[in-house]
Amino acid sequence: MTEHAATPRRGDHPAAHAPGPQTIETMTGAQSLIRSLEAVGADTVFGIPGGAILPAYDPLMDSQKVRHILVRHEQGAGHAATGYAQATGRVGVCMATSGPGATNLVTPIADAYMDSVPMVAITGQVSSKAIGTDAFQEADICGITMPITKHNFLVTDPAEIPRVIAEAFHIAATGRPGPVLVDVAKDALQATTTFRWPVETSLPGYRPVTKPHAKQIREAAKLLVNAKRPVLYVGGGVLKAQASAELRILAELTGAPVVTTLMAIGVFPDSHPQHLGMPGMHGSVPAVTALQKADLLFTLGARFDDRVTGKLDSFAPGAKVVHADIDPAEIGKNRPADVPIVGDAREVIADLIVAVQAEYDAGHKGDYSEWWTRLNEWKNTYPLGYEAAPAGELSPQQVIERIGQLVGPDAIYAAGVGQHQMWASQFIQFEKPATWLNSGGAGTMGYAVPAAMGAKAGMPDAQVWAIDGDGCFQMTNQELVTCALNNIPIKVAIINNGSLGMVRQWQTLFYNQRYSNTVLHSGPGHDGIEPPAQGTRIPDFVMLSEAMGCVGLRCERPEDLDAVIKQAMEINDRPVVIDFIVHQDAMVWPMVAAGTSNDEILFARGVRPDFGDDLD
Amino acid sequence: MTVMSKHTLSVLVENKPGVLARIAALFSRRGFNIDSLAVGPTEHPDISRMTIVVNVEDLPLEQVTKQLNKLVNVIKIVELDQTQAVQRELVLVKVRADAETRSQIVEIVQLFRAKTVDVSPDAVTIEATGSSDKLEAMLKMLEPYGIKELVQSGLVAIGRGARSITDRSLRALDRSA
Repeated sequence: MTEHAATPRRGDHPAAHAPGPQTIETMTGAQSLIRSLEAVGADTVFGIPGGAILPAYDPLMDSQKVRHILVRHEQGAGHAATGYAQATGRVGVCMATSGPGATNLVTPIADAYMDSVPMVAITGQVSSKAIGTDAFQEADICGITMPITKHNFLVTDPAEIPRVIAEAFHIAATGRPGPVLVDVAKDALQATTTFRWPVETSLPGYRPVTKPHAKQIREAAKLLVNAKRPVLYVGGGVLKAQASAELRILAELTGAPVVTTLMAIGVFPDSHPQHLGMPGMHGSVPAVTALQKADLLFTLGARFDDRVTGKLDSFAPGAKVVHADIDPAEIGKNRPADVPIVGDAREVIADLIVAVQAEYDAGHKGDYSEWWTRLNEWKNTYPLGYEAAPAGELSPQQVIERIGQLVGPDAIYAAGVGQHQMWASQFIQFEKPATWLNSGGAGTMGYAVPAAMGAKAGMPDAQVWAIDGDGCFQMTNQELVTCALNNIPIKVAIINNGSLGMVRQWQTLFYNQRYSNTVLHSGPGHDGIEPPAQGTRIPDFVMLSEAMGCVGLRCERPEDLDAVIKQAMEINDRPVVIDFIVHQDAMVWPMVAAGTSNDEILFARGVRPDFGDDLD
Repeated sequence: MTVMSKHTLSVLVENKPGVLARIAALFSRRGFNIDSLAVGPTEHPDISRMTIVVNVEDLPLEQVTKQLNKLVNVIKIVELDQTQAVQRELVLVKVRADAETRSQIVEIVQLFRAKTVDVSPDAVTIEATGSSDKLEAMLKMLEPYGIKELVQSGLVAIGRGARSITDRSLRALDRSA
């Protein structure tokens, strides 16, 4: 963990760097585990005890440094660890017992893997002698999580615990971050061992490259000053590298337009005039189109995900590609790169600023004025917007937009997955990094409530809002009990359209309005009676929230919208849930249908923008 | 047009449990085919060496090596150029042989510089090492006599010349140990 020793980052664990005399003490493996967690600087652990992990929970009770938050389901622990990590920049930690406890962590681990979130999951395992015998609550969690972790460890020797914990946190936090699982056999926790700290790590095969190659940086700068239609295509890597300030300098120095992917929202202010918005399936018309028409994709910490590129072979057909990423395997994976750069985004951008300045000093400066004429035309003609709801009904976009306006850019927003997630990405104005948490790669419904809980636990002074759908909310809402009992007063806005809205939208567009199994609050019709079209309000989210120790509010009319948001903002001693009853036919626009070219983007249903293709 | 070609990768890995599973899982998850795989110890007790033959186009080959490199237990990957490396497989083959055919079979064994490792009244067992081509040619010659059983190793390969691919990796390991 030496690569940024000079300038500690937001997420640095100070304890991990503290020099000092070596500690050598005799204790149990369980005590050694907790001492190791304290030593790496873990301050919060989300988890649930059980048989195999039980020894670890005994010393955990006495720890003055590690706060354990008892969740209601291990999935909640995992997403909370992710929310904590995304909001604070530090490694998130979750803990579970063997077998079903561990397998309940699989979804959040896969989620963290797809979104490169630094997380350490600690699981109990049956005693080493019982491993492989199909013992009670035994599951091969290392085998199960092999393809969805950056690395995992099975510990059967208690002496290895401090080294493995140090290595796990190092691997999770450095290079391209990701989840690491540590599976500890019960007898290793029970045995007497020696705790040594600091420990020497032994990772001969793990050497992430952070310093970019100077020649590649110069090549990239040359392409940028010679381009006519460049776009800075910025991904989550820039956010994780905490290179927001550097990015702004580079963008303003070059005058090039910026697009931020779903994972990068907040790293560049939405209000900045050079910001074109989000690219991709539900991206803004100027962002999607700028990439399509660009002659240079200046790619920083992004990975050409299929949700961004659309049909890959028609993506940005005229563009050269500069691709900077800390993971060499991302470069050239989906789109060949003309100038590949391996390195940490902050170092890459810092070096690029110098290289671009050198080009300017030599008299080479890009002229993007014609490009900006076209970009501004698209920005002005195709701004993000939405149709008003039928009279008297709430439109989901308006609810989300208003929350963003009233709560402001200092708050942290966590979204579930679906329409409400896209609307939140579109209609909340994000100005600061690490204020937007969502499940981008995996698209995990149910992410919002536990992630918001984790974010609030890590950033207790921040206002944390979960923007959730009624479908997502029913997957993980039990963590509101955890919030209520542990003084984690989050706000939850349920965008309640009574259906699995995004799936319903696809049924509207591609399945002839046959709404198979997407109406949530209504059962099938029976005795010749049609089910109620708008649902039954089962469950009653207000009553459900009250039962879980939260304040439950409901808003059904546009005229009550501001008052109820303000009322929620006033309550800080308990979690607040607002059930916003919104009209169910709202759709997310713009949209590039799955498998089609980004050239086929629709601004609204049946409306394809005029890109002035004849100008090309 | 897609051009598939065989590539021999020498992969130095930490000698730890589960490493083979990680590598095999990676190949299957990313949709790469393994033609042949051989694993064994090296001159350093903490390092094992895998020789993996993959049949892929050039671009996927780059992905294979990059993804392999991301595995924490993988220390180093070198592609061995067929012209710059010695590549060997081992085959053990049990061939039907009676008093009449035995001497003919032994003659084939000698031609291919193979060895007869076991003899019984109605069979001989032959051990042969060599390149895939050589072994294939030998087996073709033996086929008419009747092959009762055959077992073949994965390919192992080592670069020609004085340089060793393990040198620098071993130093890295010593430093971190």
